[in-house]
Amino acid sequence: MKNYDLVVVGGGPAGLGAAIKARENGIENILVLERDHELGGILNQCIHNGFGLHVFNEELTGPEYAEIFVEKLRESKIEYRTNTFVLNISNNKVLDIINDETGFEKIEAKAVILAMGCRERSRGALKIPGTRPSGVLTAGTAQRLVNINGYNVGKEIVILGSGDIGLIMARRLTLEGAKVKLVLEIMDKPSGLERNINQCLNDFDIPLRLSHTISDIKGNDRVESVVVAQVDENLNPIKSTEEEIKCDTLILSVGLIPENELSKSAGVLIDSKSNGPIVDENLETNVRGIFACGNVLHVHGLVDNVTKESYIAGEKAADYIKALA
Amino acid sequence: MIIEKTCIVCPIGCHLKIEKKQNSESGYEITGNNCPRGEKYALKEMINPERIVTSTIKIKDLKNLMLPVKTTDGIPKDKVLDFMKEVSNYEAIRPIKRGDIIIENIYGTGVNLVAAKTIN
Repeated sequence: MKNYDLVVVGGGPAGLGAAIKARENGIENILVLERDHELGGILNQCIHNGFGLHVFNEELTGPEYAEIFVEKLRESKIEYRTNTFVLNISNNKVLDIINDETGFEKIEAKAVILAMGCRERSRGALKIPGTRPSGVLTAGTAQRLVNINGYNVGKEIVILGSGDIGLIMARRLTLEGAKVKLVLEIMDKPSGLERNINQCLNDFDIPLRLSHTISDIKGNDRVESVVVAQVDENLNPIKSTEEEIKCDTLILSVGLIPENELSKSAGVLIDSKSNGPIVDENLETNVRGIFACGNVLHVHGLVDNVTKESYIAGEKAADYIKALA
Repeated sequence: MIIEKTCIVCPIGCHLKIEKKQNSESGYEITGNNCPRGEKYALKEMINPERIVTSTIKIKDLKNLMLPVKTTDGIPKDKVLDFMKEVSNYEAIRPIKRGDIIIENIYGTGVNLVAAKTIN
């Protein structure tokens, strides 16, 4: 079994920052594991600008922000593996990993940093009634299909949820020639940043309806329409306000949840409010030598804050490893 | 008349109040901004609104992988949709380095469209 001082699970902004910081603090034997074909995580699909104002003092796009860290990782000669999926982490820090070329392998680490990021809430989590046609996508999935793969996801679009990814996608799809008919928010105020309401919706005259949700999805093979309704004080749709809106695509931007299946496999305790691991001031979990940072810990509004947090995790993990020797 | 706008320069999103003032140097009085960039943005919104455009273009001989691109500064807001059409005609040839110029001097603004990612 191969041994590492530090294994970082996830090669997004949190994992990259943590690995680079641990190296700066004297840890030589580091491995970063990434399930996608390239490092950078979700930043690769966030082609809009606005990243790095605090860390770099300039506004970068997601891919640029990621690339600066990937370059640093390479300069620091930190080992990484892409297309590599972690199946399990045991509480004595043995990781089961799988890769399409090298197959199944067990590796052992003195310390582990959890940096798996988060997942989007999906239609199933919302329990929206209706048929199950194609054309219902989460905002992040739409973002990946459009920005990385170059597909068109639809022509007439309704967006449920006013989270930042949904707002950014309203603009992006409009620029790509789609008609974004409406953005709906169940709460009485938008959940995304005000600047995004301004530059993503107002710039293109896309209407935002607050205190509204979707009460039905219609269509057999493809979405044909959605039924929009105002909600009462208990957030239940009001039948008399229902209105059917024709569209071929429904995009969901309704929140993110830290992705902690692996944390749980290692015996890490999860906080019921943040959905992330319970950590101390060193970002160490209840399992000694397992640390967490970034969106796996709690969902951040700004990647700059993920980077700052990852530096703490990297430094504290380095301290932990050095104290073992 | 006071015009209210949310600043888009950074995620803070200051609430700007813009009032026409004949006797001020710029012709407007701007309040509510936390930094000078907010004032610059508000003035531009009044005189010549601009937007940074980010998009993707095709890469020659690569399927299912697009190249992210961005304008190095704002271009006139009313030209953004036309510019998007023009951008879609471009195709990048590998190797591509972050910062490589795709379109130079967009509409005579001195602003370039550049690659936002390195692809070998």
